[in-house]
Amino acid sequence: MSSVVDPVGRDGSAGPAGRDDAADPADRGPAGSTAAGSTAAGSTAVGPTAAGVAAAGEPAAPLLSARGLEVHFPIRRGLILDRTIGHVRAVDGVDLDLPRGGTYGLVGESGCGKSTLGRALLRLVEPTAGTVTMDGVDVLALKGEALRMQRRRMQMVFQDPLSSLDPRQSVESILSEPLQTHRVVSGSAARATRVRELLDTVGLPASAAGRYPHEFSGGQRQRIGIARAVALEPALIIADEPVSALDVSIQAQIVNLLEELQERLGLTYLVIAHDLAVVRHISDVIGVMYLGVVVEQTASRRLYTEPLHPYTRALMSAVPIPDPDLEDSRQRILLSGDLPSPANPPSGCRFRTRCPWVQETRCADEVPPLREVRPDHVVACHWAEQIDAGEIRPRADAIV
Amino acid sequence: MSLLEVEDLSVVFSRRGRRDVRAVDGVSFSVDAGQTLGVVGESGSGKSVTSLAIMGLLPRRGAAVGGEVTFGGRKLLGMRRDELRDLRGKELAMIFQDPLSALNPVVPIGRQVTEVLTRHRGMTGTDARREAARLLDLVGIPDPDRRLREYPHQLSGGMRQRALIAMAVACQPKLLIADEPTTALDVTIQAQILELLKELVRQEGTALVLITHDLGVVAGLCDRVNVMYSGRIVEAADRRTLFVDPRHPYTTGLLGSIPRLDSAEGAPLLPIPGSPTDTLPWSSACAFAPRCARSLEVCTTVTPDLEPDGRRALRCHNPVPAEEAAAVGAEGRRE
Repeated sequence: MSSVVDPVGRDGSAGPAGRDDAADPADRGPAGSTAAGSTAAGSTAVGPTAAGVAAAGEPAAPLLSARGLEVHFPIRRGLILDRTIGHVRAVDGVDLDLPRGGTYGLVGESGCGKSTLGRALLRLVEPTAGTVTMDGVDVLALKGEALRMQRRRMQMVFQDPLSSLDPRQSVESILSEPLQTHRVVSGSAARATRVRELLDTVGLPASAAGRYPHEFSGGQRQRIGIARAVALEPALIIADEPVSALDVSIQAQIVNLLEELQERLGLTYLVIAHDLAVVRHISDVIGVMYLGVVVEQTASRRLYTEPLHPYTRALMSAVPIPDPDLEDSRQRILLSGDLPSPANPPSGCRFRTRCPWVQETRCADEVPPLREVRPDHVVACHWAEQIDAGEIRPRADAIV
Repeated sequence: MSLLEVEDLSVVFSRRGRRDVRAVDGVSFSVDAGQTLGVVGESGSGKSVTSLAIMGLLPRRGAAVGGEVTFGGRKLLGMRRDELRDLRGKELAMIFQDPLSALNPVVPIGRQVTEVLTRHRGMTGTDARREAARLLDLVGIPDPDRRLREYPHQLSGGMRQRALIAMAVACQPKLLIADEPTTALDVTIQAQILELLKELVRQEGTALVLITHDLGVVAGLCDRVNVMYSGRIVEAADRRTLFVDPRHPYTTGLLGSIPRLDSAEGAPLLPIPGSPTDTLPWSSACAFAPRCARSLEVCTTVTPDLEPDGRRALRCHNPVPAEEAAAVGAEGRRE
């Protein structure tokens, strides 16, 4: 077998703690560094931890806020006269607050705009409208060097580690590139030390530095991707489907690693995924997206027990649970058809074309605003209360 | 005698200049009409190769298939190619994971569906077209007449998978092998497709072999489950036994490492260490030993046999004791 034995994964957790001391506090980026940044390894939380945020529920200032964020991609036709004949409204007016030191989970089906939203927050695609502020800095107004400095504070972990790592670069080179680009660590000896530290942080042996991505298993490659993301000591990591390309038994290793790093480095996460069970496990707050808009948002423990939006209900009921008795007894809400085109979304409520609870009034002609139906539980549905009270029943053929 | 009987199936891939790979090794199981068998395993466990071997879809060169596969009393391995082609698509059908690569991109959906009808049911012209439209309607594709004229890229992922299912059930096969039929699909679409497969088994009495890595899918659909690791079955049981009282450390490991939508707040995930490529050869050890928390000395020196034990068969020198199994099993993890 040419592949390498996963050296740490053994107990599922990464190597020894205590490398954060090397972090230079001055590297914390602009706009006054925050407590959430440099939590000393192993010590009891300097910055708020995920659990702290969720349990206390105190409205600490969010690390990042987006308001009215829109990403519209033009649809062009014609070879000579390059006309724009419409727009794909991938993200169409999203408000988002990422709790400092916590995890925001973004779920939705393919094509709902969740990945585009994640990229827009980092300006990997340019939003066409709206604002993004991180620690008081208007991210969308930044240019040149200021943007580069800001990028250091927000990093990304991608779904497929094989295609997001350059196959011709050694791990050493992959991990020292950001250090060099941002001139965080100068001198090749110091960089080499830092690379070894990073590998240790994500549970890979120092010997991994000299090898190339193809020599690693999927889980190990994702560890390299994570090491690259934390190399610049960011405050925010956006992870787009971080485990969905991995084998089931490996997924838990990576989920645990992400949680451990959050605890140790005081990171704030935005986790984008379609697997609700994974998102529920890792997140403090979950937002459900449908066709470019957030339709429901609440604490993760509540989303499963009291889903209020019809789409969330259908989504929850569709997730299989590895429990035969439960599977036999539970009701499933089947949605008909597919996601409508985001270039031409339905009028009024976007979900109405597939909603088993759809009503003759309001659904087709009024856009439902996101409103607080219960404390800290926002829903974009005209009839959320009536559906929850059982006054409006779903179409009978939608229940199986 | 069951509809499908697989006896001591093995597949060895040989590549020039490299060591042979034993992808499937001594796999035996049977499926009856109206029954659903789940085959669970990670990448490299041999679950897909098993199904390709049964269907006779492995290349004749480079893949040595051994053992015995009997379908409706006839031996499939070593059957003449034209005979096998008559069976495939008619009595034996298969659905693949990625519907886009299983469909021909330059041929309209309609022609791909009618091809099956012409080949196996002798239908032509408008008859075949009408039947094709009925089949698409049956699997829940709206506006079937329009869809028949379209090409695969014009259909969504869920609709493509439905079109494949329509082709697979066109001749009311006795056995349907579905290899990760919903892995590429969203959960709401997955629920639609699984419901469709369930109907098929219930109403037509089709025997279904469902290959998947998703234990949740298995829990809702299958009567019996084979758990495979590195080419061999390590635990086989009816689904309730497997989920409530799992005994192989790999099975309990899988169940413990997946988050459940309904699990208690803060319940930790217990990953299986290492990766599926860290194996020992079955010929002189247990392949799972390097990743196994319960591994003993004997596990690295003696091959464990698949031993029947009441409602299950288990291949393990040091199985998980009942109390531990109950804790990690389905009932223990309910909130």
